[in-house]
Amino acid sequence: MSDETRAEIQEELAAADAVRPEKFDYAIRIRGLRNQFGEAVIHEGLDLDVRSGEILGVVGGSGTGKSVLMRSIVGLQTPAAGEIEVYGKTLDTIANEEESRDLRRRWGVMFQGGALFSTLSVAENIQVPLREYYPRLDQQLLDEIAAYKVAMVGLPPDAGPKFPAELSGGMVKRAGLARALALDPALLFLDEPTAGLDPIGAAKFDELIRELADTMGLTVFLITHDLDTLYATCDRVAVLAEKKVIAVGTIPELLATEHPWIQDYFNGPRGRAAAGCNIAAERQDRKS
Amino acid sequence: MPFQGKSSNVLRTMVASADFEHSEGASGAEVRFSGRLTLARLGDVPTRLGELGPISTLDLSSIDRIDTVGAWIVTRTVNEHGAKVIGASDEARRLLDALASDKSEYRVHNDRRPAWLRMLDQIGTASRSIWHELLGIVDFFGAMIIALGIQIRARRRLRWNAIVTRFQTVGLDALPIIGLMSFLIGIVIAQQGAVQLRQFGLEVFTINLVGRASIRELGLLMTAIMVAGRSGSAFAAQIGTMKLTEEIDAMRTIGVSPMEAIVLPRVAAATITMPLLGFYASICAIMGGGAFVWVGLDMPPLTYIQRLREIIPMTDFWIMLIKAPVFGLLIGVTGCYEGMQVRQNAEEVGKRTTSAVVAAIFLVIVLDAMFAVFFSSIGWN
Repeated sequence: MSDETRAEIQEELAAADAVRPEKFDYAIRIRGLRNQFGEAVIHEGLDLDVRSGEILGVVGGSGTGKSVLMRSIVGLQTPAAGEIEVYGKTLDTIANEEESRDLRRRWGVMFQGGALFSTLSVAENIQVPLREYYPRLDQQLLDEIAAYKVAMVGLPPDAGPKFPAELSGGMVKRAGLARALALDPALLFLDEPTAGLDPIGAAKFDELIRELADTMGLTVFLITHDLDTLYATCDRVAVLAEKKVIAVGTIPELLATEHPWIQDYFNGPRGRAAAGCNIAAERQDRKS
Repeated sequence: MPFQGKSSNVLRTMVASADFEHSEGASGAEVRFSGRLTLARLGDVPTRLGELGPISTLDLSSIDRIDTVGAWIVTRTVNEHGAKVIGASDEARRLLDALASDKSEYRVHNDRRPAWLRMLDQIGTASRSIWHELLGIVDFFGAMIIALGIQIRARRRLRWNAIVTRFQTVGLDALPIIGLMSFLIGIVIAQQGAVQLRQFGLEVFTINLVGRASIRELGLLMTAIMVAGRSGSAFAAQIGTMKLTEEIDAMRTIGVSPMEAIVLPRVAAATITMPLLGFYASICAIMGGGAFVWVGLDMPPLTYIQRLREIIPMTDFWIMLIKAPVFGLLIGVTGCYEGMQVRQNAEEVGKRTTSAVVAAIFLVIVLDAMFAVFFSSIGWN
C-alpha cells in the first residue's frame, strides 16, 4: 500500500470518527418530544435521558408508544415536535449524509420480528452492515467476523449458512441480535427481545444481553413487556404512561412511587412472582 | 467508559489509526500495537500482519481502544502463531476472553465443490424437480377432483359467487387485450400469407389460411398464452401470498377447505371462461384477416364471409371447443398448484409465479401438439 492511499484512508477514518461515544455521559437525551398520527397524540412533552453504559428498560401498557419512541430515536419516525439527541447529535438537523452515517454506525437495532433479510443467509445478514460501511474489508475477514458474531450470540455452529426461514423463533432473535452487533455499536436498541420465546429461552436471552453489554460496554435501550427481563438485566427502568415518561429509576425506586399504574405493574400477580424469583435467586447466589 | 485502553504514554492530539511496529526476537517477531484497534480504524493492519513471519508476542500496552474486531485480529494471530499477548488492559482482556474459545467449527458458507460436480448436481436436481413438478400437478389435480367429489356428495353448493368474481378477472377484464392481440395476429397471418401466395397467383387462398388457422389453432393458443400470463400468474401469486401470511393455515383450522374455497372456484372459472375467450379470439383474428383482405386484396367483406363458410369445416370449431376447457383447466390447476407450493419467503412467491406461467404455457403447447396429431388421425382434417 502506498503512502498516499494510506494517508487517504487515515483521512477518511478521521472523518468517520467525529462522534465518539465515550465522550458523552448521556447516550440519548430527549426533550419535549411530541409524536402524533393524525388526531391521535402518542407522546406529548416526553423527556428521557439514557446514560452511557446502562441498560435502560422501557415499559408501558400496549399502545403507549414504546416502539414509536424507539422509532423516533433511530429516525424512522419524524417527531411532530421536540428534540432527540444521540451522542450530542440530532438526526433531523444533521445536514450532511456523512455525519448521519457516522451516527448510524454507532447503533444497532434489533426489531421485534428479527427483520432478517429473508433472501440472505444468517452470515450474509450479519455482513450487510459491514459491507455497507467498510467496503474495503476482505471476504476472509468478513467471514471470520460473521462466524464469531454467530458464536457470540449463542447460535449453533451450523447456523451461519442457514436462511431465516430455516430458523426457529429464538434463533431468529439471536441472528437479529448478531446483525445489530455487527458494527460493534456503542448503543443497542432492542424491541421486545424476549417476546414469543419460551421462559427458558427468554432467561437465556436475558443472560446473553447482560453478558454482551458487560463485555462490549454497551448502552442498551430495551423495550419489554417481560418483568423477568426487567429484573434480570436492567439497570434502570423508564415507565411510559399518559403520553410521557412518568418515572425513571431502579426498580426499588419505582416501587416507592405512588403512581397506580406502576403499583399495578410491579405489584400485580406477575410482578410479584418475578420479584419473588429474583429475590430467591439472589439468596441462592449468596449461599453458594 | 467503554473500550478505553490504559494508555499512559499517549498524549495524542488526533485520534490515531491502528498501527504496529515490530522487532525480530529470538523466537519470532515481537509486535507492538498502537492507536485504535477498532473496526473503523483498522486500515491495512490485518494485511501487514499477515505478511509477517512467525510472531512470538503481541504487545497491547499502547493501544487506545479495542473492539471485537480488533480482539478478533489478535485472537486470530494468537491461534495461528501461538503468540503471547502482553500488556492487555482489563477491557481488552475481557473481549479477548469472550472470543478465545474455538470458533473453527462455525461455518459461514456451505461447502464448495468442484465446478463440474456442481454442474452435474444442478442438472440432476433440475431434472428431478421437473419430474416432481409434473407428479405434483397430477397429484394436485387428483386432490382437487376428490375435493369436488366431497363437495358434491355433501351437497354443499358450489361457491358461485367466487366463481363469478373470477369470470370478471379472468374473462371480462381480458377481453380488450385478447381482442386486440388476436385482431393484429389475424392481420399478420393474412398479410404474410398473401405475400407468399401471390407468387403462385393464389391470393384468394389467404382466406383459407386465416380462417382455418384462427379457428383451429392460433386463436385458442394465443388466448391460452395470454390467460396463463394474466390469470395463471395471478392465481399463483395470490395463493402464494396467502400461504405466506398463514391465511391458508387459518382457513384450515377454521374448517374451511382451501381446495373448496380457493382452488376450485379459480379452476372452474378458468375452465368455463376459456372456450368463450377462445371463440372470441378466433372471431377477432378472422376480423383482422378480413380487414386486411378488404383493404389489401380488394375483396369485399361479404365475399370474405361467404368464402369462410365454404372452407371452414364444422369439425374445426368442435376441435377448438374440445381443447379450450382442457387448456383452461391446465392453466388453473398449474397456477393454483404453484401458489400452494410457496413455503418460505417472498422470493419464492416470485419464483413460483414464474414457473406457473412457464409450466402452463409449455404444457398447453405440448397438449396442443398431441391434440393435433389425434384429431388428424381420426380424420378431422
